[in-house]
Amino acid sequence: MSQTVFEKSIRSRPVYGVLQPRAGTAHLCVADGEGAGAIRDLFAKVGAGAPAMLARTHIIYVPSSANGTDEFASLEALGAAQCHRSPSFWAAEPRLRKVLADAHMGLQVYLAGTETLIGLAQRDVMEAGLPHDAVQTEHRGSLARRVQCVHCKGVTENVRTDPFTCSHCGLNLFVRDHYSRRLAAFQGVCIDAEEPGNVPPPVERFK
Amino acid sequence: MGFEFNNETFRNDFTFKNSERAIRRFPFPFDRDDYMYSVNMEPHVPGRPGSVFEHAFDVDEHYLAEMRDRDLVLKEDPLRCQSLPHMELAGWDLLELIMESKARDYPHWFALHKTGNRWTWINRPMEIEQTFTFLDPSTLPYGPMEYITRQTQGDFTLQDQRDDNLWIEAGMVTTQADWSLDFDIGMGFHEWHAPVPLAHEKGVFDRALKFLLKLQHGAPVRRFNWTHTVDPLLDTSPENYPKWGPTRTEMTMENLGQRMHLRVELQTLWRLPRSNAIAFPIRCYLIKYDELVTVPKWARRMHRVVRDIHPELAAYKGFLRNRDLMTAWLAQYDDGAPTSPGWWPED
Repeated sequence: MSQTVFEKSIRSRPVYGVLQPRAGTAHLCVADGEGAGAIRDLFAKVGAGAPAMLARTHIIYVPSSANGTDEFASLEALGAAQCHRSPSFWAAEPRLRKVLADAHMGLQVYLAGTETLIGLAQRDVMEAGLPHDAVQTEHRGSLARRVQCVHCKGVTENVRTDPFTCSHCGLNLFVRDHYSRRLAAFQGVCIDAEEPGNVPPPVERFK
Repeated sequence: MGFEFNNETFRNDFTFKNSERAIRRFPFPFDRDDYMYSVNMEPHVPGRPGSVFEHAFDVDEHYLAEMRDRDLVLKEDPLRCQSLPHMELAGWDLLELIMESKARDYPHWFALHKTGNRWTWINRPMEIEQTFTFLDPSTLPYGPMEYITRQTQGDFTLQDQRDDNLWIEAGMVTTQADWSLDFDIGMGFHEWHAPVPLAHEKGVFDRALKFLLKLQHGAPVRRFNWTHTVDPLLDTSPENYPKWGPTRTEMTMENLGQRMHLRVELQTLWRLPRSNAIAFPIRCYLIKYDELVTVPKWARRMHRVVRDIHPELAAYKGFLRNRDLMTAWLAQYDDGAPTSPGWWPED
């Protein structure tokens, strides 16, 4: 089982569960990379009822932007009513927003994969005004982080090391666990602000 | 009122200073010789005449200089003032609360005349006279929260209440102790307090939230928070940390009395009547160590608090690097004599 185990952290850091099938009028699955495995496991749990649920399921999948993992074929094989592959989250987002805008009462949403995918999709779900308890999340795959530089406000995707160099302004940033759901990003803060140039060697913390 | 507004700066040449009167009324936050986090809330009722508790919103000698500094911060970074769309009504609530309070408490400086929803606001120190329609944002040059907080000392956040939680969804934040409104806006109570060490484990935030969810209109409360800042810089924002961070390495026994400042936040919490939101003014008071030690009781106590504070708190508050130096400097003013309970300078 490739479900992720997290270290204890602060209370703004998101927590993830394990996807469970729920009764609903429609089902929307959004996943990236290894998150495909969580979707497969979800339908395996439904057992005999899976075909009926799949007949009301829309899957949106993107390969992992962190490591390229692409398990789309295994999702296509499930036989959902709609199963769509986008090359990136940003390419998938207009479709996701349309589906959410068209949603009726009783839609169940399942998000699986990297924190980046879950965070970005969850932001769209919140903006669409869906109730909190209609959304489940499960982390699978890379722990690379989406980090906003608190200084220049630029977001660096797939940050693996701490500290790292802001891809926008070039400052050396350490990565806090402080997380904004509105930005779908962790916070990066200059590590050598007090002693410019005194930067510890980067450690790969987010594999 | 027995004082004039200072012509002073909170940046570059840092000419900020406290008059003798301002020192005597400084809100020294320690009522004993040690410190640990607590909820420490009490009713925000009028306090001793002349003290910072005398009025709902204290206006002091730094008023005009602080408003000029706020304007400079906003010109550099408009993201320091944000309001999510559903928070406009709470902004009007805040505007009404401040205008009514100031007109009542400082009638020689402020006046509010109402004819139905047609209001005229007069702010004499800032030379403002504005007629507008209450609840109609098109009649003000800014949104209601921004309009009134450009004329009121202290940072402000507005918290919406729903799902048994408080959500920080609007704010004017230019005199902050190193936190980012732009990052935190939209967060729930435990989320935006997440980086604070030790307090979660002590249940401080669980109790505080439970208390605040029941806060009643007309019964505001207050508490203190504090930290230290090198130079009288109001805008110690994380956004600008690379600009002000290096000053922390410049402290010496010789310059510490002039450059190290105790930074005290008088935080008040108000239930707002129309929106049911909570307004959270965070009023920052600065005092140089040289000024602080002119009050012997505060000098002794400050030494003991800094010397004995939990290192994790000193680190979070950003003065761990200078803690030993500060302790050594303050020790010169601590003869070991006992201090009286409470924070007032004399009794």
